[in-house]
Amino acid sequence: MKKIMGSSFEKYRTPEVARMERRLFLKQGLSLGALTMLTGCAITEEEGVQKVLSRMSGWNDDVQAKLFSANRLAPEFPESRITNPFPFNAYYSEEEVIDVDGGKYKLELGGMIKERKPWTLPELYALPQVSQITRHICVEGWSAIGKWTGVRFSDFLQRVGADTTAKYVGFQCLDDYSTSIDMATALHPQTLLTFKFADQLLPPKYGFPMKLRMPTKLGFKNPKHIASIFVTNEYPGGYWEDKGYNWFSGS
Amino acid sequence: MAPEMTKVHPLIVRIAHWLNALAVLIMISSGWRIYNSDPLFDFSFPDQVTLGGWLAGALQWHFAAMWLFVLNGIVYVSYGILSGHFRRKLLPISPLAILRDVASALRGKLAHDDLSVYNAAQRAAYLALILLLIVLVLTGLVLWKPVQFYWYGQFMGDYEGARFLHFFAMAGVGFIVVVHVAMVALVPRTFPSMFTGRIRRSA
Repeated sequence: MKKIMGSSFEKYRTPEVARMERRLFLKQGLSLGALTMLTGCAITEEEGVQKVLSRMSGWNDDVQAKLFSANRLAPEFPESRITNPFPFNAYYSEEEVIDVDGGKYKLELGGMIKERKPWTLPELYALPQVSQITRHICVEGWSAIGKWTGVRFSDFLQRVGADTTAKYVGFQCLDDYSTSIDMATALHPQTLLTFKFADQLLPPKYGFPMKLRMPTKLGFKNPKHIASIFVTNEYPGGYWEDKGYNWFSGS
Repeated sequence: MAPEMTKVHPLIVRIAHWLNALAVLIMISSGWRIYNSDPLFDFSFPDQVTLGGWLAGALQWHFAAMWLFVLNGIVYVSYGILSGHFRRKLLPISPLAILRDVASALRGKLAHDDLSVYNAAQRAAYLALILLLIVLVLTGLVLWKPVQFYWYGQFMGDYEGARFLHFFAMAGVGFIVVVHVAMVALVPRTFPSMFTGRIRRSA
């Protein structure tokens, strides 16, 4: 009955294809024998419509930030509810998952952080860790429950002397993915820098060596294969966000 | 001599009707595109009848038009309750009267002497439409913010339950809209009245 989870053909559509399709939709919908006129105006009209939609998406970011509560916790589930197998999802296919050499790996820190020395994996693993069984909700609609283990991100930010009054935390990933989040979500008690999935070392397809897990945000906001973390007041955007997905994307 | 005209729709109802028609058209056509990215059932909507071009575009339309839909809905429902418009136009209503009027409508014998008074089938359809649209807002809130509104998502089977309810409510709205448009086509003099607010007393 259900399609294979995590097949994200929709996401592969570029905005250009989308624009062309939308123009077709508008033409089909509005054509009252004025098709020739429309072809002439379509481009400027398109830009106007897109501007309004982008502005509304920005307004929705503000509304979501207000709805977000620093204390409200996402539901946690019993082990029996864990989804197995947990779906793979990325902007590329599962065969293209990158292989990271854990021995050479170092997590880089940047921006408004006092102690920017890079962290090796053994150093990170030595930090106190917690586990959570939470639900991952994809922007496509499907959801899946998994178990992640790692360091509370707020503890980590404090430990490295991050300026937590800054607006954004940005992530650059080894698979050329990127994303950014608001500081309030970064400090949420369920936001974890995770090294384990289902009690095992995070496998490559789920983001080895680490994934930032936030049950209060949609799946694509949870970066995998993190290379560097930076704190900033300048809006960093992100891979999907720059293509038109809503930036805050809170749950 | 000019035909005798009677007032049927107050200005606020006409404005709310057309804003709602636009908002619902955007919500449904973009919603179909969102549905297509992870179909609940064994079918997808043809891309040509969806809005947004791709998932991100559809989401932008959906979450922009929701403000028009909800704000317009709040104005309309508040007016309907406070002014007595709903009570005058939609009540009383009984299951027996609905069955009777639906049956005579199906036989093509539904009386339309006074178009300022709704028959029981119309009352039922308009009431059901208002309720379904409210259900769409309530389930939509859980889909949009399943964590922040988790507590009341429990009344509708949490996030996954809300997805199905949201879909079924949409299907109900779609059905009523199709019947509604078909009835307008059958009794065309009702159409201009949704702009002018007036209608000839009889055909």
